[in-house]
Order: sequence, then C-alpha cells, then structure tokens
Amino acid sequence: MTETTRAWLLSDAPQTRRQARLGAIYQGWLTFRANRLAMVGLAILVLLVLVAAFAPWIAPQNPYAQNLAERLKPPSAQHWLGTDALGRDILSRLIHGSRVTLFIVGTVALIAPVIGLFVGTVAGFAGGWVDQVLMRITDIFLAFPKLILALAFVAALGPGIGNAVLALAITSWPPYARLARAETLTIRNADYIAAARLQGAGPLRLLIGHVWPLCVSSLIVRVALDMAGIILSAAGLGFLGLGAQPPMPEWGAMISDGRTYILDFWWVAAMPGMAIFVVSLAFNLLGDGLRDVLDPKGGRE
Amino acid sequence: MVHPDLTGPPGQGAPPPAGGATPGRGARLRRRARSLGGILLSLALTLLGLLLVTFVIGRVMPIDPVLKVVGERATQAQYDAAFQAMGLDKPIWQQFLRYMAEVLQGDFGRSISTGHPVAQDLRRVFPATVELATLGTLIGVCVGVPLGVVAAARRGGWIDQIARVVALVGYSMPIFWLGLMGLLLFYGILGWVGGPGRQGIIYDGMVPTVTGLILVDSLVAGDWAAFRDAFSHIVLPASLLGYFSLAYISRMTRSFMLEQLSAEYVVTARVKGLSERRVVWGHAFRNILVPLITVIALSFGSLLEGSVLTEIVFSWPGIGQYITKALLAGDMNAVLGGTVVVGTCFVALNLLSDILYRLLDPRAT
Repeated sequence: MTETTRAWLLSDAPQTRRQARLGAIYQGWLTFRANRLAMVGLAILVLLVLVAAFAPWIAPQNPYAQNLAERLKPPSAQHWLGTDALGRDILSRLIHGSRVTLFIVGTVALIAPVIGLFVGTVAGFAGGWVDQVLMRITDIFLAFPKLILALAFVAALGPGIGNAVLALAITSWPPYARLARAETLTIRNADYIAAARLQGAGPLRLLIGHVWPLCVSSLIVRVALDMAGIILSAAGLGFLGLGAQPPMPEWGAMISDGRTYILDFWWVAAMPGMAIFVVSLAFNLLGDGLRDVLDPKGGRE
Repeated sequence: MVHPDLTGPPGQGAPPPAGGATPGRGARLRRRARSLGGILLSLALTLLGLLLVTFVIGRVMPIDPVLKVVGERATQAQYDAAFQAMGLDKPIWQQFLRYMAEVLQGDFGRSISTGHPVAQDLRRVFPATVELATLGTLIGVCVGVPLGVVAAARRGGWIDQIARVVALVGYSMPIFWLGLMGLLLFYGILGWVGGPGRQGIIYDGMVPTVTGLILVDSLVAGDWAAFRDAFSHIVLPASLLGYFSLAYISRMTRSFMLEQLSAEYVVTARVKGLSERRVVWGHAFRNILVPLITVIALSFGSLLEGSVLTEIVFSWPGIGQYITKALLAGDMNAVLGGTVVVGTCFVALNLLSDILYRLLDPRAT
C-alpha cells in the first residue's frame, strides 16, 4: 500500500462518507492485524476455504473410491494420512469433508443470527406484551439443553445433513435474540432515532434502517465466537450418526467410523479429530481478534 | 458451551429499595416473596414450554405411534382400537392436556426398545450420569477455581498463559474425540485405567444398589475391590468432563477476580500492608464466591448434557446413551422422556443458582 492511500485512509478529517467508512475499516484491520494469534486463525480459515473450493483438484484420490485391498493402511507416502476401513484415502476424505463443514457452519451462522436479530429487535423495539411473549419463548428455548434439543429435533425430522443444520439453527438463535434485544433497548431512545421518527420514518423503516445496522457488529462478534461451538455440535451430531449420512465424508461421522478400530488403527479416528480441532481453534482465535476490533468495550479484560 | 454474558448473574434487574426511608423488615420480606413468586411463575411457564416443545416434536415424528404399539400385522379393528385408546382421535389440545397430565404423574409411556416403562428406565440410567457429571464438576472446580484465581493474581505471568491455552484448547476440542484418544492412550497403550463401561464384568451387579451411584454404593457395602474397579472406570470420562468444565470455570473465575482486584477496597487492603495472599484469597476471592456458585451450577447443567457424547464413547450406561440409543431405534417415548428429565434438571439448576444468589448476596433482593 502506498503512503498516500494510507494517509488518505487514516485522515482525521475525511472528505466523503466513503472515505470515512473505508478509513474505519482500515483502522479495524490494523487493530486486528496486531493480534498475531487472530491472524493465524484467519490464515487457517482462508486456507480452509481455498481447500474446500478446490477440493476436487487438491484431493489426491476420489473420496468415495473403495479399495478393500488397501484397507486400514497406516500413513505412508501413498496415503499421507492412511486409509479407512473401506480402503478410502483419509486425506482426500478430509479435504472433501471441509466442504461439508463449511456448509453446515455457514448455513447455521446465517440462519440463527438472522432469526435472533429479528426476534430480538422486534421485542426490544415494540416493548409491551410483544416483548414479553417473544422473550418468554426465547427463555424457554434457552432453558433447554442445546444438544439434547437438537437430538430430539433430528429424531423427529429424521437424520440427515439438512435436518442437522435446521436443528442446530433452531437451538442456537435464542442467545442472539437476547443480545439483539439488549442492544435495541440501549438505542431505542437515542436522539438519532427520535430525529428519524420526526422525519416521518415508520417503525419498520426505523427497525431496518436504523436499529439493525447497530446491532450487527455485536452479533458478528458473537457469531464468530460461536462458530467453534457450532462446528463441535455439528461434528457431535455426525458422530452420533444423526448428521451427514454415509458415504458423505463428514468429519464427525468419520471419527465415528474409526471408533471401532481405535485400539489397533488409531489414525482412522485421530485424523478427522485433528481437523475439527484445528478449524474450531482457528474460529476461536479469529473470534477473539474480531471482538477486539468490533467491540472494544467487551474485549481485553 | 455456556457463554458468560447470557447466563450471567441473575437478579440484576432487582428493583431499587422503595421509598426514601430504610424499608422495614416486612416490606423486604414482601418484596422477596414477590420476586420468589416471579421466579416460580417463570419456572412454571418454562416447564410448560418444555412439555409443549416435546409434545410438538412427538407429533411431528414421521413414525406412526400406533403401528409401533400394535405391530405391522394388526387388523384394522385392532389398529382403530389402539388409536382410540391412545387418545389420537381427540382434538390436539386434549391430547396435549393428556400428555401433560401423564408426565406430571411421572408417566412417560412404555419404551419400545427396552419394553419397560420409560420412567423405570430413567431411574436406572440417571444415577450413572449424575455420578459422572458430579465427579467431573468436582474436578473442574478443584482445578479450575485455583487456576483462575492465580491467573488473575499473576496476570500475564506464565500461569496465566497456561490457563489461557488450557481454556482455548478446551473450547476448541471435540469432546468425543478427546475421549477416544484418552481411551487409546490410557487404556489401550498404558493400561492405567479400566476400559469402557461402568464396571468390570465380574463386578457387575455385585454391589447392592442403595443410591445408584456405584462409587457410593460400593463404599456403603465396604467392598473395596468393587470401589477400585468402579473408580478405574470412571476416572477417565470424569477427568474428560472435568477438563471441559475447568476450561469454563477457570475463565470465569479469572474475569471475576480481575474485576475485584481492580476495585478500590483491594487498593485499601494493600495500602494497609496486607500480604498479597490475604488480599487475593481473603478479600477479593470471598467476593466472587456468589457469582461463582452460579457458574458452577450452570457448568454442572452443561455437563449433564455434555455427557451425551462422552457416554457414547465410554459405553457409559447413562441417560445420554439411553436417549441416543432410543433415538436410533425410533423409540420416541424414551427420547421425549429423557429430554423432559434433562430439561427439567437444567431448569431446576438454574432456579437453584438463582435462589442461592438471592440468599447469599444481600444486594440482590
């Protein structure tokens, strides 16, 4: 980056709205970059996305191709991470499994906060009985143990990756609703809301145009911190046989496959677990970094 | 994982003391009773919601509950009779009332896979989970609290760094995988602990059941060999759960402590010339005890739930394994019964921590 762009971005007196906005983003980036661990997390996740995007080209073998003559082979030059009980290359399955993981995490992280944002801001903004009813429902969902509720949902809907995503989304929106409501309560009486109202903005416009944008950044931090939990829950459902169904190379289900052979052929279960650990660690690191940038009050104890 | 800020100390919305003068004893008691009434009301509503959700889940289930009872080869007349006997011809709200009445009487129906009433099954499997979660929480508290306190007192020191890594790894590790690796290392390779299950085969059913907690029962019976066997089986899964609970407890302890250590009374205590040990443990630590109780209660609740995966890995005959097995067999009565019981425990723990909070903290009325 040249010195002039840098100066333009960091200018104390931005000339245009665009300059101010880009400048704020750039300053956030500088704070984020200073956190070395968060950068490591980001790097791992960028790598993960690349791997998922180019999976068919990177994977050395077909993740579904069975070769019973080569079953349960330890890691070697030919199979870097060994083979599973059906002789499938574990590395290739991990690489393709990254798509499944990203799909689950991405969908849940998209659905749950949106439900939460909607419920929370409406409750906080409307107040009165609407608030009471919505928050009561939220509390009921919050009182449930999450994994057990997800299990019960999957039981009712039938196992499968789509239903696992749905169950995870249904069980993880309440915290976002609480958060969004709390944010809304702090800003609903702000002067700028009153100003917008005086200009004739209706409740819907106020909500979408003036309340949502202020709730989003704290929700993003929360989502980033929750990502690891979502991955672990999804892997847990897969491990129990309720998420992705075979032969789909889902990491949790792969651990479950390897469970039978754990004492003799450790790598079958060990490798997917490492993958889950690294990715959720990366999400946790990233979340911590984002918290410092987007939520300076709550960060750095 | 339970997040700190959602589940944070209840009773924050406590109303300020009414009136200018110091409120009389009667007024305080009345207010306390009113807030207790509020808690009980919200408890009742939550439990109602719990039943409603499980009821809806039970109705969404694509499996025909009647077919499960009468079997595939039943005649139409038999089918209709069972259909009516189960009350499925009634309007849906009557069905819900019936379900609620049954659950309140402790009747969860009959489990199709075990053939016993679900309530009886739950009485059998629940102590196993409680034993595991209790020991796990105990480990989490005994290690996590001192770790968190020291990490806060020596902020930025090497213990703080270690505590940070321990918690970060704990938040990122799939519990079932760590359990498998633990089994591989400590059972498969080193042979230090007992394998999966709750007891060795030779001790199975040897200890008379008193509490259902084998560690306690074997002590009551004075059977040391059985106790040692049970201990060697529980130590690994309990340490595993303990690790996850200590990751959470140590982080929370640390942030509570940091808050206290920056308070003015700590400065005063230091200026007075108290030793650092007295300042940390005698002054600051005593002030975090109340919120800490809430954290521990919540962590116990999340272990009851977190034990689902652990129980599968260690073939632990607890409620998590029971629910999962029932689930895979399409045995809905057992799944819903288990869900209601775990959910109720969760709610009860929340309530308990709320009440303790109110009793112990004079500021929260």
